[in-house]
Amino acid sequence: MATVTVTMKDLQSPVEPTWCPGCGDYGILNAVKRAMVQLGLQPHQVAFFSGIGCGSKLPDYIRANGFNSLHGRPVPIAQGFRLAHHDMVAIVVDGDGDNYGIGGNHWLHVMRRNINITHIVQNNMVYGLTKGQYAPTSMKGYVSTTSPEGTIEWPVNPIAIALAAGATFIARGFSGDPKHLADLIAKGIQHKGYALIDVFQPCVIFNRINTYDWFRERVYKLEDDPNYDPHNREMAWEKAHEWGDRIPIGIFYINEDLPTLEEQIPALAEKPLYQQEIPPKLEDLEALKLAFV
Amino acid sequence: MVKNNVNIKLGGEAGQGVESSGMGFAKAIARAGLHIFGVQDYMSRIRGGHNWYQVRVSERPLYSHESQIQLLIAFDERTIEDHLHEIVEGGAVIYDQSFKGVDDEAIKARGVIPMPLPLLKIAEEVGGNKLMMNTAAIAAACGVMDFELSYPESVIRDNFGRRKGSEIAERNIRVAEVACEEARRRYAHLFEWKLEPIPNASKRMVLNGNQALGLGALAAGCKFVASYPMTPASSLFEFMCAQAKRFGIVTRQSEDEISGILQCIGAAHAGVRAFACTSGGGFSLMVESLSLAGSTETPVVIVLAQRPGPATGLPTRTGQEDLLFALHAGHGEFPRAVLTPGTIEQCFYEMARAFNLAEKYQMPVIVFTDNFLANSIRSIDMDALDFSKVALEIDRGKLILPHEHEKIEQAVLNGYRRYEFNEDGISLRIPPGHPKAVYSVAGEEHLPEGFIDWEETAENRNRMVQKRMRKLEVAAQNDMRLPKFYGHEDADVTLVCWGSSYGPVREAVDTLNHNGLKANMLHFVDIHPLNWEQVADILESCRSWVVVESNFTGQLARWIRMNTGLKAPATIGKYDGRPLNPTYIIEHLQEVLARV
Repeated sequence: MATVTVTMKDLQSPVEPTWCPGCGDYGILNAVKRAMVQLGLQPHQVAFFSGIGCGSKLPDYIRANGFNSLHGRPVPIAQGFRLAHHDMVAIVVDGDGDNYGIGGNHWLHVMRRNINITHIVQNNMVYGLTKGQYAPTSMKGYVSTTSPEGTIEWPVNPIAIALAAGATFIARGFSGDPKHLADLIAKGIQHKGYALIDVFQPCVIFNRINTYDWFRERVYKLEDDPNYDPHNREMAWEKAHEWGDRIPIGIFYINEDLPTLEEQIPALAEKPLYQQEIPPKLEDLEALKLAFV
Repeated sequence: MVKNNVNIKLGGEAGQGVESSGMGFAKAIARAGLHIFGVQDYMSRIRGGHNWYQVRVSERPLYSHESQIQLLIAFDERTIEDHLHEIVEGGAVIYDQSFKGVDDEAIKARGVIPMPLPLLKIAEEVGGNKLMMNTAAIAAACGVMDFELSYPESVIRDNFGRRKGSEIAERNIRVAEVACEEARRRYAHLFEWKLEPIPNASKRMVLNGNQALGLGALAAGCKFVASYPMTPASSLFEFMCAQAKRFGIVTRQSEDEISGILQCIGAAHAGVRAFACTSGGGFSLMVESLSLAGSTETPVVIVLAQRPGPATGLPTRTGQEDLLFALHAGHGEFPRAVLTPGTIEQCFYEMARAFNLAEKYQMPVIVFTDNFLANSIRSIDMDALDFSKVALEIDRGKLILPHEHEKIEQAVLNGYRRYEFNEDGISLRIPPGHPKAVYSVAGEEHLPEGFIDWEETAENRNRMVQKRMRKLEVAAQNDMRLPKFYGHEDADVTLVCWGSSYGPVREAVDTLNHNGLKANMLHFVDIHPLNWEQVADILESCRSWVVVESNFTGQLARWIRMNTGLKAPATIGKYDGRPLNPTYIIEHLQEVLARV
C-alpha cells in the first residue's frame, strides 16, 4: 500500500479532543495514527465510521475521511460505503455499547459476510458518555447507576462470539500499550476480510474497577507464547474464555483463506461502483421491455 | 353480444396457481391488442385459504378493477360461494364438473349460467397431469368468449418452452385445445361477452407498479439496493436482484431494515445512487436512520410499499395509512421529499425523478406505493416508459465524484467545506476519496467543515437548521409539481386523492361524467414539499371537493388542512384492506354529497 511517506503530523486534525485527561481513547487515537503511518496510508485513502459515545468522536480527531453516525449503526454504513467504494480503507471505530449492545445484530452479520472492514471496538466495560451505567461487557456484579446492587447479567464475550460468527481476524488490544495496539490495527487493515480488534480502554472517570492498573496486572500477549497458533480455531476458542488473573491480548484467530464479500460481487470486478457510468446502455434497457410483452 | 368489454375473475386456494394463471391470461389478452387491468387478492399463507385474480378487458386503456364481473373461473367450490353475488345477470361460472356441493339451481336463480366442464379429466387424460387444470379452465374461458387460442398458446410456450422443456408446453397446449373446444361446443352460444383481437394492434407491455418502479430505478442509474424482504415491497427488491448481474448493480439482503437503509446511506455517501424498499413495519425501523440522512444531507431513496397496519395488520392487503407517518417520521426537523405515484407510468418516472430530487437537494426522498399499485398489472404502450427521456433528465445536482480530478481542482481552490452555507442551502458534494476533499461528517450538529460543532453555538445551529430547511423552499419553487386535474373542466365536484387511488378515482370520474354529473379528479403525486399557497388557490377554485383515500383518518385531508387551513368539505375513506373501486367511490360520493 505504501507509496508515500505519511507522518503523524499529516494526520493531525485541527480539532482538539474533548476526552477526559487520562482517557484510554488517547491511546487508541495514537495507535490508529501509528498504524496509518506504518502502512503509509494517506488521509484521503481511509474512511472512519463511528457510532455514538466518547470513542466515536475519534474521526474528528484524525485527518482522514469520517462519518460519525448513530449509536450502534456505523457497521452497515461502512458496509454500504465499502461496496460503493472498495478501494477505500474502511475502519469502524465504536464502543462496547454500540457494537455489543444496540448494534449487536449488525455485528453478527457483518462477521459472516467477511467484508473488508477493520473494526476497532473501544471496550471500557461501562457507559461513559451517558455517565456511568453498566455496559454489555461490564463484569457480573458491577455496580453502576442502573445496577445499584451490581449487575446480575453475565458479560458479552466478544472474542468467543466473533469466533462463532465466522470472523476471519480476531484480536484484542489494550490502549495502555499503543505500540502493540498499532501493530494489531495495522495487521487488521492488511487482513483481507473483516477484522475485529476489541480494545481494553479504561474509563478513568466511571469505571473504578477495570483501571489501567487492573489491566496491566492481568494482560499478557498471545504472541509471547511460542506454542500459540492463531490459525488454530480450538486454541482460539480456549483462549477466548480465559479471564481473571490472566487475560490474553494479541491476535486470537486469523483465517486468510476465505474470499471477501467484495471479491464475490461481479459488479465490483472492474472498478469501484461510484466510478461506473450511469445510466445503463439504452439498448440494454429497451431489451428488458420485451420481457413484459 | 358485448364485444371486448368483460371482467373475469379466477379464484382458488393458495398454491393452485391462481395468480400465475391470471397473469398469463391477462398477457394473452394484451397480445391480442386489447387493454387489460389485472388485480390480485391473496392471503398471507403459502397453501390453502382463498385467493383471486381479476382481469378486466377493454379496447380503451383501463386504470382500475371493477366490482362486478361477467365470468367467474372457479378452481375450487369456495370461489363460487364467495363470488357468485358479484356476477352480473347473464354472466357465467366455469368450474370442474367433479366439484361437489355446487348448487346449480342457486346459480341459475341469480340469472347466472353454470358451466360445469370435465376440466380435471381433460388435464389428466390429455395432459397427464392434474395441475394442467388451470390451463384447461383458462382455455374453457377462451372457448365461451370465442377468443382465439393462439394468444394463450403463445404465452404458454413462452412460460414453459424455455424453462422446463417444450414437451410440457405442448402438453398444456393439447389440454387447452380440448378444453376450449368442449367449452365452445357446450356454452359459447349462451354467453354474451366475446373477445376479438384488434387487427394490427401495436405491441404492448403488461407490468405492475413494482416492476415499473424497478425500471425507473434502473433507468435513473441506481447502482445499489439493500433491503430486507417485506410484502408488498419484496417483488421490487427481487426485481432489482434479478437485474443485478446484467446491469452491474450491487444488491444486498440486509439483516434488518435498519441495516438496509444504512447501507444505502453508506453507498450514497460514496456517490452511488441507492435505494431501500420496505413496508410500514420496516419503515418504522428505518426512522432513526432517516433522520441521520437528513442531518448528513445524504441523498437516499426509500420506497414505502404500504399495507394495512397497525403492527402486522393485513400483510397481503392494501391501504394508504402511512402518509402522515412518512411525512413526520424521524426525530428533529429535516428536509425530505414525499412522492406518491398513482399509475404504472408515474411509478416509472417518479422513481427516476426521486433520485434526481435526492441528489439535487441532498436529502432523503420517500416514494410511496401500496399493495394495490405494486401488484396490479396494466397494459401500456411500449413507448410509454421512455428510457432516453429519463437518461436525459438525470440531474445529480452539486456532485463532483472523487475521481473527477480536474473538476475538483477547479472547485476547491479555496479549500473544501462539505456543508458550506449557500443561498439555496445546497453545498458542493464531493464524496470521500480525493486528497483535496478530506472531511468528516456527523449526525451530530456540525460545522460547515463537517466536524461536530464542539462549542454548540446558537449561531451555527441556527444557520445549519436554516440551511437544511431552505432546501425545501427551493425545491417547492423549482422542482415540485402541483396536483393535476383529470376530467370535467367545469366540475361541480372534485375528487381529491393521492397515490394509488388515481385509477379507481379516474374511472369513477369517467362514470360520473358519463352519467351527467360534472366531476373531476385532483391527484397529488408530490405531497411534500409543495407551494401550498398555489394548492390553496386550486382547491378554492373547486366548487366542492371530496378527499378520497384508503384510510380511516383522512390523512391527505389533514395534510391539506395543516398546510392551507382548508378543511375538506367531505372525505371518503376505506380501510378494510381491499382497494378502492369506482363503484364504491360513486356510492359513497352520493352519500357525502347529500350531507354537504
